[in-house]
Amino acid sequence: MPHDHHHDHTEPPSDLELRVKALESLLVEKGLVNPATLDTIIDTYEHKVGPQNGAQVVAKAWTDPEFKERLLRDATAAVSELGFAGRQGEHLQVVENNEKVHNLVVCTLCSCYPWTVLGLPPAWYKSAPYRARAVSEPRAVLSEFGTELDDDITIRVWDSTSEMRYLVLPQRPAGTEDWSEQALRKLVSRNAMIGVELARSTDQKQGDGP
Amino acid sequence: MKGGHDLGGQPDMGPINPEPESAEPVFHAEWERRVFGLTLATGMLGQWNIDESRHARERQDPLDYLRNSYYENWLAGLETLLLEKGLVTQEELQQATAASSSPAEDSLRVPSPETAEDLLAAGASSLMPQQDEPRFGIDDRVTVRHSETTGHTRVPRYAHGVTGRVVARLGCHSYPDSNAAGVHEGKQLYTVAFDGRDLWGSASPRSEVLIDLWEPYLDSAS
Repeated sequence: MPHDHHHDHTEPPSDLELRVKALESLLVEKGLVNPATLDTIIDTYEHKVGPQNGAQVVAKAWTDPEFKERLLRDATAAVSELGFAGRQGEHLQVVENNEKVHNLVVCTLCSCYPWTVLGLPPAWYKSAPYRARAVSEPRAVLSEFGTELDDDITIRVWDSTSEMRYLVLPQRPAGTEDWSEQALRKLVSRNAMIGVELARSTDQKQGDGP
Repeated sequence: MKGGHDLGGQPDMGPINPEPESAEPVFHAEWERRVFGLTLATGMLGQWNIDESRHARERQDPLDYLRNSYYENWLAGLETLLLEKGLVTQEELQQATAASSSPAEDSLRVPSPETAEDLLAAGASSLMPQQDEPRFGIDDRVTVRHSETTGHTRVPRYAHGVTGRVVARLGCHSYPDSNAAGVHEGKQLYTVAFDGRDLWGSASPRSEVLIDLWEPYLDSAS
């Protein structure tokens, strides 16, 4: 649902903030949660695991054909070579874009997402409009992200209903034949690995992180 | 299942309005950060599985589910599980303090930060020992059953009654419909490809939807 995230910091704490604080102090008081563990979990997904992992996987696949072959055959094993493994990435599949097929990932029932390579999903991925429309009108959805595909390209939408997690391997941008793997990573946006965008072109290279 | 969560194909949901990728924080408020952490931390107590956790969020009134923001639904699900599993009482939740001195039961192992890191890095496979041979093969035509369960399921309603083609056999995986009810059993899992026109009519050219579906959700369409 639409949601205004810009809160005025002079506002008193909302009921929601108080309810969560109360729950946390109750669980700590009862010894059900170790506060240091809570901090570790939050820090892991706020600062350590994120789409920079996926960008590394994609850039390596673009430059190392043997890695790409292993990645498409058994993505869980291939990304573990780079040290990416764990929760919400136990059964990873990489789906490759080409001239005829464009892949798009959604979870219509909840918010399943490949945490090990992309971190936690963005708010729009979990929103009702994206979950509703990605399956029924993928071209209109892509268009809202500024992505226009030719009519003869088939859009393949992966609805993540099981514990399989899907990562899109975008097409390598033209004109990058002599680029290093390191430089190529900057062309791989998170949105391209979900499938709502293409990899950045060489003139859109951005240094921004996740 | 109450259905507020089963959003695939719902009309009139409006635009997506994504925040720019470079500008979006992982969490938008401190309370979201805490709800996320508390959900994972209490999940590590081993008192419920991922399907019970999903089902706890889905069982809300559909209007509440849709009105709530994402982490509000997580919070509602977490409170439900804590109450149902007897880890906290309604009174304790309301008073925000433990009744008398009631520390965690000795049987519960509350993970240290190091153990939590290990658990996150290890994950938990949903693969199970194979019990039966898969009934369907690659390229078999299958039709999704109309399932009217009152429990948890992973069949999206938009696929009910639609025929597709098996494109992958994924092995025997923990079956969510049973797992959410506390019965851990494996069933064969398949990826089934559906033509967009079969799902949405002729207005949807050149699209396919691929859905992972367990064998009990499917009938042979041959």
